[in-house]
Formats: sequence, structure tokens, C-alpha cells
Amino acid sequence: MTAQTLYDKLWSSHVVTEEADGTVLLYIDRHLVHEVTSPQAFEGLKLAGRKPWRVSSIVATADHNTPTDHWDEGIKDPISRQQVETLDSNIKEFGALAYFPFKDKGQGIVHVMGPEQGATLPGMTVVCGDSHTSTHGAFGALAHGIGTSEVEHVMATQTLVAKKSKNMLVRVDGQLAAGITGKDVALAIIGKIGTAGGTGYAIEFGGDAIQSLSMEGRMTLCNMAIEAGARSGLVAVDQKTIDYVKGRPFAPKGEAWDKAVAYWNTLHSDEGAHFDAVVTLDAAEIKPQVTWGTSPEMVTDINGHVPDPAQESDPVKKGSIERALAYMGLKANTPISEIAVDVVFIGSCTNSRIEDLREAAAVAKGRKKAANVKQVLVVPGSGLVKAQAEAEGLDKVFVEAGFEWREPGCSMCLAMNADRLQPGERCASTSNRNFEGRQGQGGRTHLVSPAMAAAAAIAGHFVDVSHF
Amino acid sequence: MKAFTTLNGLVCPLDRANVDTDAIIPKQFLKSIKRSGFGPNLFDEWRYLDHGEPGMDNSARQLNPDFVLNYPRYAGAQVLLARENFGCGSSREHAPWALEDYGFRVVIAPSFADIFFNNCYKNGLLPIVLPAEAVDQLFKESQATEGYRLDIDLAAQTVTTPSGQSFAFDITEHRKHCLLNGLDEIGLTLAQADKIRAYEEKLKAEKPWLLA
Repeated sequence: MTAQTLYDKLWSSHVVTEEADGTVLLYIDRHLVHEVTSPQAFEGLKLAGRKPWRVSSIVATADHNTPTDHWDEGIKDPISRQQVETLDSNIKEFGALAYFPFKDKGQGIVHVMGPEQGATLPGMTVVCGDSHTSTHGAFGALAHGIGTSEVEHVMATQTLVAKKSKNMLVRVDGQLAAGITGKDVALAIIGKIGTAGGTGYAIEFGGDAIQSLSMEGRMTLCNMAIEAGARSGLVAVDQKTIDYVKGRPFAPKGEAWDKAVAYWNTLHSDEGAHFDAVVTLDAAEIKPQVTWGTSPEMVTDINGHVPDPAQESDPVKKGSIERALAYMGLKANTPISEIAVDVVFIGSCTNSRIEDLREAAAVAKGRKKAANVKQVLVVPGSGLVKAQAEAEGLDKVFVEAGFEWREPGCSMCLAMNADRLQPGERCASTSNRNFEGRQGQGGRTHLVSPAMAAAAAIAGHFVDVSHF
Repeated sequence: MKAFTTLNGLVCPLDRANVDTDAIIPKQFLKSIKRSGFGPNLFDEWRYLDHGEPGMDNSARQLNPDFVLNYPRYAGAQVLLARENFGCGSSREHAPWALEDYGFRVVIAPSFADIFFNNCYKNGLLPIVLPAEAVDQLFKESQATEGYRLDIDLAAQTVTTPSGQSFAFDITEHRKHCLLNGLDEIGLTLAQADKIRAYEEKLKAEKPWLLA
């Protein structure tokens, strides 16, 4: 048998039928659902008189619209509330394996909730009407975002009409310096290959530096595969993967567990498997990353400068830099460490897990936020993350530093709830997108790791956390 | 789904790379539980001078005269000409819904983000990839000539300029068939329900934990 990549194995084991042009029906094991991209899909099912093909594949939560404070007051925005209540009633009508509604202790960002519940397992196909579904690839699962028509298609048929992507290997060799996180690795990769570098590919992340990342670091990395243009990111299964999954509520138990582990141990690329593209990075060269523009590829490290559009010869790129600097209110050649911030956001499906909060708390401990920083939001990824953080006393560390400790949700990553930047405000954010208006109209986003965000909150400007 | 066969459409050139789905339809409009009515808020932050929220009377809002979609010469455009990596970012299908609701039937670019590209086909919107040089030429011609229109023929897989120059484009047979005939993909898939059930039987034997 020819050597296969991990992606080849996951793909071929889920093909139900294949047409002559390579279009396949791909079987879907797990369907994660949230309130924003599902109402029209449920509506479509109703109009056609259809039912979900396999209710036990559906795991749902409300996350995008939910407030992160004053939960006793409910959801004040009537349109947000209607969307969340529509999910409540749709799940009640159609069913699910599990549902974590607003205020439930298991509620949280769908990409935090799935893994922590064991709803995401190695070898699965995982879809969700959300581009950051790539997160789940950290478990050696084939996971990617889909549109609402596809949400309806998966509900009705348990399959997706799909075409195979090409294989890309991104190998990060060597060891990361102390304090360098999955977020810095992700941004460094995007800086190297660009936001369209992975378009048309499934990216497998490999190499010593990736193997040394924790499961949470791998989730952060795969989460941002989509920011490199790849719908799915993958990391091979190893003992860390299996240890993470063991004992979680929806993980297999007993005999099924042993059978599953035997299969999961085959979920890696074979020696000599063919990749259509290979990109390598030297881990030792990766420094704390900070984005300066309005696309995640507009990134440099903490020792870098805002670029000068005059140095760019390509007219389209030059125009993009000029537009980005005007939007961001930045001058060419400004050192990154001289950029002051107004707001800091620690949260999102990229960086709101317990290790992220521990890293931020380690920086904040015994310190106070800078006077020029108006607000520091710390938003845990789920109710379970929040409870764990509080059990460790992290909430007190944050509050003593002048940070706000909030309820779980997507929050200021995309500002669908009340948490948003005002026009012109500059934010150090642990989220995944620095697009124009993403965190609020006119808001200016700089993407960083949790430790770098906490350090910016304390210093009032970007600073190298390794010297902190 | 609306079928797509041929189109002779006015071209609007949007000369920016990496146009993301947050720009195509900002997040506040995703709170809707409907799949129509997004057209007036297409490119909302670029198109209007004030901040848009759901429920506003968009006809009373002040348009940004510098945004290309607002130029009188592009009123009624059905072909959007774009730069590389169009539709990057979030998976929101509200982006193709907004483009289609506005009146676009075709988007031409040198490259598209994968999820957006896929979502277009589900909504009778045809995304066409042409080589960067061809797109560059179309930008120059459409900017230079008022009333510049393109002929798009899906069956023949061609884009033809007013001077008669034709560019061929690729599309999978499956997508072409669905689009030409306006087919309901779920109905097509359910015609293969026995094969899906057979797959599940195999799964039950080999990986029972997945069906638990």
C-alpha cells in the first residue's frame, strides 16, 4: 500500500460515494452547532419536512451573541436574544446528543466546548458553521467550517458534497524559546505563507516544535489554519492526544476505548507520504508576534517595525499597506514596542483555554494595568474553563491587576454582543482576526498571544514578554 | 436554488485584495434568522458613512460617494470584479446571500477563499477564477469604459469581453450540473440514502464509538 498522509487517511475512510470528477459524499461524524449559522438551516429542514439524519451527531451551544456580564439580566439586545432562543427551540424540536444553552455550566465557545466534552475525537470528521472549526484538527480529526446550506445538508444527510484538498506539510523544526506559544507559531507561519498560502490545502503541522506543544497549543495553531487560507489544519495523534481525551464525558469507555485507541494510534502520516507542498520554519527564530495591519499576514515580531509602503514595489500590496496604515492610525517605520494600546482582550476560540489564562495570569500577578489602558477583558472560553480558573485563583489575580473577569462566550473577538471597541480604539487581542471593523466599527486590532496581551495591559504598550 | 445559464452583466471593479467576509457583511447583520434581505447591507462599513445596525432605514442613510459600488455608472451591476483571496475569513453564508440579494450573479477574481467559494455555488452565485493577468486586463477595461459588460456562459465555461475576447474558466462537473439546472443538492444526496446507510453499517462494525 502506498504511503498516505494523515489527511489522505481521514479523507478516504469517510468517502461514501465518489463521482467521476472527484466530487465525493463525505460522511460526517460530529456536527457542532451554534446560534448564528444554524437558524436558516433548521428553517430549511422544516420547509422541506426533513429531520436530522442522526441526532446523536449534533452537539450545540450558544456562544456568539451571549453577553459576558450581568447574566441575571438575560440577553438585552432583542435580536441577539431571538437568535439564541431560536436555537433553544430548534434543539428542542429536532434534538441533539448534547446542548449547552446560555447560562448552562457547560456553555462556551463551540471550539472550546467540543474538545473539553470529548465531543471531538481523533479520526472524526467534524464540521460546524464556523470557519474556526479547523481548531479540532489538533486531535487528528478532519475538521472544517461550512456554510449554512451545508449545515442543512449535513443535518439532512449526514454527509457533505466535497472535493479533496491538496496536502501541505508545515514543519517547525527545533525547539521554541521559552514563552513562545502556539499563537506565535501560528502568526509566524501566516507571516511566511500569507493568508492565501494554504488555500486549497489541508495543512498538517509537524516537526519537533509542534510535538512539544500541549493539546491547547495545538488547538490554537490549528484554529488559525483558516487564517492561512486552509480550511483544515491537522496534528498527528500522539500520547498527549489520547491522554487529553481520556475520561471526558463523550469519550468512549471500556472496551470501546481500547478499540478506539488502537485505531487512533494509526492517525499519523506514513513515512514517505507525498505532500504537494512543504514549508519549514526554524522554531528557534520565532519571537513573540504582533500584527500591525488589517490582515493576519500583516505581522512582525516585537522587535520589528511598522512597514513602509514606499519600500513595496507591487502596486496591489502597496495599496493594501497604505490602506491598512490609514485604518490602523499608524506611521511607517514605527517600532512595534512604541505602539500604545487602549483596550486588551484575552479570550476567543483561539486563546481562552485554561493554559492561556494561566499564561496571562503569570504575567499579571502582582502588577497593575497601565493608566492609559481603559479596559482589559478576560473572557474564559467556557463555563468549565471559568470554574477551573476560579479554583486556581486566576480570577483574583486578574481582578487585582485591574482586569475584568467575565462570563464565557465569543465576546470581543467579533463583537456580536455588547463587548466591542469604539471607533479609533486600539486593542491588543488574543483573537484570530484583525480585519477592519472586526472588533467594532473603526476599532484597531493587534493580534498577540495571551502573555503578550497581558504584558501590553501592564506596560500600556507592546513589550517583549520574555524580558518581563 | 436559482439556476445559472448565461449572463450579460454590467461589471463593477472592486480594486482591493483580501476582501474578507466581515467587510462583505458585518457581524451585526448576522443576527437575522432569515436568509434574505442582506443586500442593502452588503459592504455596509464601506458603503455608508454612518454606522449600520439591523432594522435601520437604509434608504435614509448617507452613502459614501468614494466607494465604487455607489458610483452611478455601476448601478445595477451583476458582475463583481475582485482581487486575490476574495471572501477570506469567516464561513458566514450571509456573504454570498448579501451579494446575491444585492443583484450580483458572478464574482470574478484571481483567487477565492475556499469556504466562500463553496458557499457561492449553493446560492446560484457563480465564482469565476481567471488568471491574474486576465483579471488585471478586465480591471483596466472596466475602469476605462463606462457601461462595460461581460458575457458569461456557464455551459461553455467562458467569459467574453465586449471586444469578443474570451477567457475559459474551470468548474467541476458536479457544480456545473447543479448550477445549470438549479438543483436541490439535499434531494440529490438523499437519492443515495441507501449508500449512506451502508456506510453507517460498516461504521457500526468497525468504529462503533462514533455512532454512540
